[in-house]
Amino acid sequence: MEHVIQYSYVVAAALFIYGLKQLGSPATARRGNMISAVAMLIAVVAALLDQGIVEYQWIALGVVAGAVIGGAAARMVQMTAMPEMVALFNGFGGLASLLVGWAALVPGAETFTLVTIILSILIGGVTFTGSMIAYGKLSERIGSGAVLFSGQQIVNSLIVLGILAGSVMFCLQPDNHLWLYLVVALSLVFGIMAVIPIGGADMPVVISLLNSYSGLAACAAGFAVNNNILIVAGALVGASGIILTQIMCKAMNRSLANVLFSGFGSGKVEATVVEGEIKPISAEDAYYILEAASNVAIIPGYGMAVAQAQHVVKELAELLEKNGAEVNFGIHPVAGRMPGHMNVLLAEADVPYDQLLEMDDINPRMENVDVAIVIGANDVVNPAAREIESSPIYGMPVINVDKARTVFVLKRSMASGFAGIENPLFYKDNTRMLFGDAKESIGTLIREFS
Amino acid sequence: MIPAEVFLTFILMLSIFLGFELINKVPATLHTPLMSGANAISGITLVGAISLAGTGAQDLANWLGAAAVALATINVVGGYMVTDRMLAMFKKKGS
Repeated sequence: MEHVIQYSYVVAAALFIYGLKQLGSPATARRGNMISAVAMLIAVVAALLDQGIVEYQWIALGVVAGAVIGGAAARMVQMTAMPEMVALFNGFGGLASLLVGWAALVPGAETFTLVTIILSILIGGVTFTGSMIAYGKLSERIGSGAVLFSGQQIVNSLIVLGILAGSVMFCLQPDNHLWLYLVVALSLVFGIMAVIPIGGADMPVVISLLNSYSGLAACAAGFAVNNNILIVAGALVGASGIILTQIMCKAMNRSLANVLFSGFGSGKVEATVVEGEIKPISAEDAYYILEAASNVAIIPGYGMAVAQAQHVVKELAELLEKNGAEVNFGIHPVAGRMPGHMNVLLAEADVPYDQLLEMDDINPRMENVDVAIVIGANDVVNPAAREIESSPIYGMPVINVDKARTVFVLKRSMASGFAGIENPLFYKDNTRMLFGDAKESIGTLIREFS
Repeated sequence: MIPAEVFLTFILMLSIFLGFELINKVPATLHTPLMSGANAISGITLVGAISLAGTGAQDLANWLGAAAVALATINVVGGYMVTDRMLAMFKKKGS
């Protein structure tokens, strides 16, 4: 029977890998996810065959409760709320790994096992509370700003020292549970302390990183309970999170250390003076320019999702295409609140994925664009990133909408963006500001067309 | 006989390299489903939790295991379902 179980894990690992491979293209991604789910089912059934299992009622109770909660959450969640949900699920994964590590502790365990137990408790605990804080910040249940106080570094250093000391003592005296409880408590506190100094604008990096941690925690738990499939699956998730973290950091031109330790995005506004004047435009005049355009680029930001404007944007794009224009969407990697978030929001509004261009694909085409429409985006189209060396976002790759012949910026008012940085784009000669609620402004444009 | 922990470390090392190769090929447009799908995969802790929750011993480890089963199942079921919901929305032009 042990052979059946172990070979089932081999099959499951192969299917996880094949499923992830299918995720390489939108055409096969859905099947890839199914294959991955089948792999999970095989692994779970194999685990149930374990001869050490004599009672099934607690397992059944846990599975039913988890499936009801998870299924309900997956059905009800709004696509705009995906980042919060991923953060919440990450946290549950982390806590599960913490509990497995803890439960795996048996008297007389070897030092190697003890080290992996403490690692799974530590990573799992940090992932759990860190994700809960990220969830709170993303869902705005707690303030999304960075929380900084004097002596923060000293407090954090003491916590890290406490964790190290507790871990070493635990490995030396595994029968004294005081050390175990100390590490559990401190790792939970450390997760909170690690995420509170990070501002709302940096949350895409944080959830990517926590995603990676939840995988690594599963990996450590795999070592603790001596199980291959946990290690393989956990490592795949860990690698995925690390790659996404890197992509997010690169898209913001910041190092990971800078994101984690600087408290950027806390709303400190640099006083850059921008010259020029704001040129507002009415929806009617905007219509005449759009009507004559043969190449239109739409650059959405999170503000578009907040205004629930994605469906009218899709309608406008269709009308422009019927009018003979080529329409593309330019998506900045940090346009949403998590990697790829904007693509999901547009997919929900039935925008075909081949119309969504990545930043590196749309920028070379920008000089041929007649009208670039910026909807609810600010920092990701800010030319200060190229032009003003003193700007906090200098060097960040942006979508160069200012190189298009005309730029429309749809904006509620002149307040600065999520990161609180002045935007010279609004003052450029070829920029026209279309003030008002994005949904209403586009609604007016659509009525002009029909 | 090679010790078990060396085998496990070997598997870890290979899996990490494989993970980097696989994930690098996922296009930016699929990064959110990738993340929620990866989240579901990290619910693999369920497999470890199951054996701990079924020992029949009414001790702390059993309760911790049962709680871990519930939490990891939320991850697995919720993660796969929401990923499927998202991927069903991705359509090619004209289809």
